[in-house]
Amino acid sequence: MALIELSGIERVFHLGDSEVHALAALDLSIEAGEYVAVMGPSGSGKSTLLNLLGLLDRPNAGTYRLEGRDITTLSPDEQAKVRSERIGFVFQSFHLVPRLTAAENIALPMTLAGIPPRERAERVAQALRDYGLENRADHRPDQLSGGQRQRVAIARATIMRPAMILADEPTGNLDRATGDEVVRLLEELNGRGVTLVVVTHDQGLGARARRQIMMEDGHLKRDSGASGHRNAEAAGNPS
Amino acid sequence: MRLADTFRFARDAATGNPLRTALSVLAMSIGVAAVVVLTALGDGARRYVVDQFSSLGTNLVIVLPGRSGTGGFNPATAITSTPRDLTVDDAAAILRSPAVKRLAPLAVGLSEISYGGRLREATVAGTTAEFLEVRRMDLAQGRFLPREDWNRGSSVAVIGSKIREELFGPEPAIGQLVRLGDRRLRVVGVLKSTGQGLGMNTDELVIVPVALAQAIFNSNTLFRILVEAKSREAIPQAKDQTLEIIKSRHQGEEDVTVITQDAVLATFDKLLSALTLGVAGIAAISLAVAGILVMNVMLVAVTQRTGEIGLLKALGAPARTIRLAFLMEAAMLSTVGALVGYGLGQAGAFAIRQFFPVFPAYAPQWAVIAGLGTALATGLIFGVMPARRAARLDPVEALMRR
Ligand SMILES: Nc1ncnc2c1ncn2[C@@H]1O[C@H](COP(=O)(O)OP(=O)(O)O)[C@@H](O)[C@H]1O
Ligand SMILES: [Mg+2]
Repeated sequence: MALIELSGIERVFHLGDSEVHALAALDLSIEAGEYVAVMGPSGSGKSTLLNLLGLLDRPNAGTYRLEGRDITTLSPDEQAKVRSERIGFVFQSFHLVPRLTAAENIALPMTLAGIPPRERAERVAQALRDYGLENRADHRPDQLSGGQRQRVAIARATIMRPAMILADEPTGNLDRATGDEVVRLLEELNGRGVTLVVVTHDQGLGARARRQIMMEDGHLKRDSGASGHRNAEAAGNPS
Repeated sequence: MRLADTFRFARDAATGNPLRTALSVLAMSIGVAAVVVLTALGDGARRYVVDQFSSLGTNLVIVLPGRSGTGGFNPATAITSTPRDLTVDDAAAILRSPAVKRLAPLAVGLSEISYGGRLREATVAGTTAEFLEVRRMDLAQGRFLPREDWNRGSSVAVIGSKIREELFGPEPAIGQLVRLGDRRLRVVGVLKSTGQGLGMNTDELVIVPVALAQAIFNSNTLFRILVEAKSREAIPQAKDQTLEIIKSRHQGEEDVTVITQDAVLATFDKLLSALTLGVAGIAAISLAVAGILVMNVMLVAVTQRTGEIGLLKALGAPARTIRLAFLMEAAMLSTVGALVGYGLGQAGAFAIRQFFPVFPAYAPQWAVIAGLGTALATGLIFGVMPARRAARLDPVEALMRR
C-alpha cells in the first residue's frame, strides 16, 4: 500500500471571471520512505500540490488516500489531527511565531497536541542537541540567522515524529552553503525512513532526490521514478 | 491544548502587542472605574441625607404650627380663622398619648450674646431637658438644662462649641455669666461639636429653658414640638394621637402639621436610590462601549495574526483550540481592565472622601459586583465573534496571507 495515492485530482481557483486550473487530472502515488523532488516553472502548481498533500487545502475533485484512508471526506478537526500526527511542514519563509523562543517554537506542535510539559521539555532538549541549537534555545526568531531559523523549523516539523515531511522551497531564502546544510538535514531524516517531498527550483537540489516530478500548468509533465502502473501512465501522458 | 498552555499562549499574545493591549485594558478600566465612582457618589449622597436625618433623632414625629404640609401660607385657613399659637401647654398635653415616649418643645429666635466685651449674634433655642435625648446630642462639658417646670425658666444656658470658642477662647466657660438680650444667664454646659449638618448648626446654638426664650422673644408660640414615639411601629399611632390632642385643644380645628421623619426619609431614600441606579445605568453603557472596543481590538488581532492562525492549523490545532486561545485573550484583556478599573474607581472614591470627609462616598456592593460582572461578560461576549472568525479561517489561505 502506497503512503500517498492521488487520483483524478482537480484544483480550480476562481479569479474574477476566469478560472485557473492549478491542478488538473493529477494522479500520483508515493511510497513510504521515498525522497521526491517536485520541480517546474513558477505557477505550475507545485505549492498547490504540496498544500493538498499536507491537508491544508481540499481538491475540487478526485480522491486522496493517505495510508489507505480517504482523507478528503474527513472533517476539518479530523484533518487537523492527521496533520498533527502524520505530517511535518517546512516553509520557504520559516513561519516561526515571532514572540516565542526557539525552544517554544519547536515545542509548539506538542503544546497544541496537549503533550505534558515534562515530555515536551525532554523532546525539545533532544531536538536542540540534534540540530545544534543548544545555546539558541531562548533566542527569538529575530535573533537567529536564516539557517538557524530553518533548523528550528525542521526541528518543529519533526518533533511529532511524522510519517512525512513536506518542504516548499526550504532553501529559497537561504544562501548556498546554509541551503546545502538544510538539505543535508532533510536527507538525514529521509535516511531514517521519513517520507520527504521537497518543492524546489534548483536543478542541482532536485537531482539529489531519488525521484523527480516535473510539473507544468497543473499537470504532471514527467515523473522519473514512476513506481507502479498509475504513475507510469501519468508519465506517459504529459498533455 | 492544555488549559495552562492556552493561558500562557493567550497571555504572551496579549503582552506581545502592548499598545493594543493597553488600549483595550484602558477602555475597560475606564468603564468599570466610572461605575464605581458614579455609584459611590450617588450612594454617598443617599447615605449622607439618611445619616443627617438619623442624627436629628430616631422615631421622630414633628409638629409645626400652620395647616399646610409644606409650611406654606394657606389662604383658606387665613380667612376662616386666625392661626392659633402652638404653646408649651399643647406640648405638655401631647405627653398623654400612650404612644409617645418623650418630647421637647422648641422656640427659636435670634439674639445677641455677650461676655466680657465680646459680642455676637446667635440662634437661641428655647426648649426643655428632654431635648438632649430627643435630638441625640452630646455634651462636651457640664450639664444640660435642668429638669423643671416648663413654665418656669431658670437663668441658665447651654452653648455650642463655636460660641464657647468665640466668647471664652481658652478660658473656662462653665459657671460664667453671659448676657443674652437683657438677661444674665449662667453657662451650665457646652455641646459637643458636630460640624456642619442638615438644619440647625448646633455649634452656633445657644440653648435656654423654653419659658425664658419665650420671655426674651415676647411670644407664646413654639417653632416646633419634637415628639419621640415609643418605637418605630408606634410612629403612626403617635402621629394620629398628637393630631387628635392638638385638635381637641384648638376647638376641633386642625391647624398644625404633623410630619414623621420616616416619611421624609423614605422619600429621599427612594429618590436618591433611583438616582444611583440611573447613574449606574449610564456607567454601564460605557462598559458596553468598552466591550465593543475589546471586540474591535480582537478583530484587529485576528487580522494581524492571520498568518499565525494558519500556522497553528498547519501544525494540527483544531478549531476549538484556536477559538479558546482568542477567547481567553479577550477574557484576559477585560479581566485585567476590570481589575484596574476597580482599583482606579476605589482610589477615586477614596480621593472624594479625602476632599469631602462628611460625604460617605463608598460604592455599594451591588454596583461593584454588577460592574465587574458586566465587564467580564461583555469582554467574553464580544470576544466570541473574533474567536469564531479566527477558528473558521481556511488553513492555506490564512497561512499564505501575511
Ligand atoms: N489562492 C489562490 N487564488 C487564486 N489563484 C491561485 C491561488 N493559489 C494559487 N493560485 C494559482 O494557481 C496556480 C499555481 O500556483 P502555485 O501552486 O502557487 O504555483 P507554484 O508553487 O508552482 O509557483 C498559479 O497560476 C496561481 O496563480
Ligand atoms: Mg510555490
